[in-house]
Amino acid sequence: MAELAHDRGGRPDGRAAALKPQVYAWVQDYGVYAAVLALLLFNVLFTPHFLDAANFRTQLVQVTPIVIVSLGMALVIGTQGIDLSVGSVMALAAALTVLYLGYGWLPALVVAVVGGAVVGAAGGALVAYVGVQPIVATLALLVGVRGLANVLVPQLVEFRNPDLIALGSSSVAGIPVIVLIAAALTVIVLFVVRRTTFGRQVVAIGGNRSASELSGLPVKRVLLTVYVISGLLAALAGVLATARLQASDPTSLGLFIELSAITAVVVGGTPLTGGRIRVLSTVMGALLMQLLAATLIKHNLPQSWTQMVQAVIILAAVYATRKRGTR
Amino acid sequence: MNREQASRVLQQHGAVMVLGMLVIVGSLAFDSFATPANAASVVVSSSFLAIIAIGMTFVIISGGIDLSVGSLFVLGGVLAAYGSQYGPLVALALPLAVCGVVGLLQGLVIARTGMAPFIVTLAGLLGVRGLMLAISDEGATTYLVEDRAFAALGQGEVLGLSYPVYITAVLAVVAMVLLQRTGFGQNVYAIGGNEQAAALMGVPVARTKVSVYVMSGLLAGLAGALNAARLSSGVTILGIGLELDAIAAVVIGGTLLTGGAGGITGSVAGVLLLGVIQSLINQVGSLTSAFQQVVSGVFLALVVVAQRLLSKAQRLT
Repeated sequence: MAELAHDRGGRPDGRAAALKPQVYAWVQDYGVYAAVLALLLFNVLFTPHFLDAANFRTQLVQVTPIVIVSLGMALVIGTQGIDLSVGSVMALAAALTVLYLGYGWLPALVVAVVGGAVVGAAGGALVAYVGVQPIVATLALLVGVRGLANVLVPQLVEFRNPDLIALGSSSVAGIPVIVLIAAALTVIVLFVVRRTTFGRQVVAIGGNRSASELSGLPVKRVLLTVYVISGLLAALAGVLATARLQASDPTSLGLFIELSAITAVVVGGTPLTGGRIRVLSTVMGALLMQLLAATLIKHNLPQSWTQMVQAVIILAAVYATRKRGTR
Repeated sequence: MNREQASRVLQQHGAVMVLGMLVIVGSLAFDSFATPANAASVVVSSSFLAIIAIGMTFVIISGGIDLSVGSLFVLGGVLAAYGSQYGPLVALALPLAVCGVVGLLQGLVIARTGMAPFIVTLAGLLGVRGLMLAISDEGATTYLVEDRAFAALGQGEVLGLSYPVYITAVLAVVAMVLLQRTGFGQNVYAIGGNEQAAALMGVPVARTKVSVYVMSGLLAGLAGALNAARLSSGVTILGIGLELDAIAAVVIGGTLLTGGAGGITGSVAGVLLLGVIQSLINQVGSLTSAFQQVVSGVFLALVVVAQRLLSKAQRLT
């Protein structure tokens, strides 16, 4: 990783004096990019068929739902919150999609996304207006909404709607449509965080809620909106995953994706203490974990290794970023 | 009794009251609910979660959280079944030692580096699951409990209730005494209430935090070992999402996630409440386990809203 640092041109202020804080700062800002680059380099050199387009496409398609969900998660974590309900929202979206598919794929998608937004609004209302801790509020939704999805669609249902199947499997210029959608969503969220008043308000509330309240920011409304966005994105991820699977599977779709999403956000260097949102790094965090799992599998290391290495990476990432990121 | 006192009593004993009401309603509504057999089955199946919830209560009162308990529960079971070929002592000591060490490591990282417990134990959840898979051929090998004496620990019965129920009861009493009547317990409350203030008063913050995570790890491992003894095998697919059940039970029991308040009685009542809800839904028969999840979710939401309103009335926050 040291060579890679130079490959990227290093930092203009990389002088010897006070090097350590700068190293921490560099790791926090670019560590996840460097790690992704290092892993890519390793794979290009040592993994046969790594550069095959098919392999690349599979990896990207697999990570898409996690990327979309972690975009919402990054916003929520930016407000010092957490959203455990995202996996269950994906399941609910899968159930609603297949229930309303009779009206066409677009109405079904709209119903599913509205459903996700409603769940998000419920969590947001509990957090913003009742003052319940985010982890418990969304834990209740995790349990209840997964149950609801299972009540609506008790077992796996395959569907034949050609439009929805096309959404999940077609490509534009060799790039899968769902990957393009994830990329577009990333750009939108990036724009919202960096360039809009709302984005500034989210960061401000995460940084210091009482100060934000005192300076007249609409704290409760912003909090509610953040959870609605998270629910909306999770539902969209659920619809896209369903389209790709060509089946609705509310029992297992999105199981534990909340942990993957939180991992992506945290590995990307967004502190759990709020006040800072790193959108691109979050996407990189998701890619890093996916690439890592794929690399270990390709080199015949069992899944148990993957999980242990992931654990180490989470700890290392948070340890490296805690100096400046946490308050 | 004024409004503040009333709300405090409700917060601390609400779970027990709701549990009592549900049992009465259930007994009136269903003939087969208040039978000794059904009561025994609820109590026995709740005992493993209750052991985990006791450890979680300490962690949450200290202001932390432990997401690794589900994985430790499975690891404990696999290790116990593996160890049982060397006799009952190894079957019990091996899971306790390994899970205790995992708890110790997590506690040390949390106490020394100041990293968020949520993240550290999330890494623990993943790492321990990986460890469990590594020693069971990626989950393909299910070790069987070879030792009769160890299996009896999970299967033996006194007065129609299996041993784990009594073990749970003893642990609950010990935990209650530890929390309410010792300096250690006071330290746990003090740290959860206000860590800086506790440190300034001379409370050994780091040591207390480490102890709390060690306890949680030990109890999760013990619950896993007892469960392996009951099932006569170290099943590798159990325990998924168990940490969330434990947190839910503790929260339903009136322990605040912000730390500094709560108790063992509430947590045990919370576990029983989840068990009774499940049993009631089973009584209705036509309802699926999916429906039970809906009810549990709605119930948890109602409880946290009620708690929030109660703590507002007490001006806790």
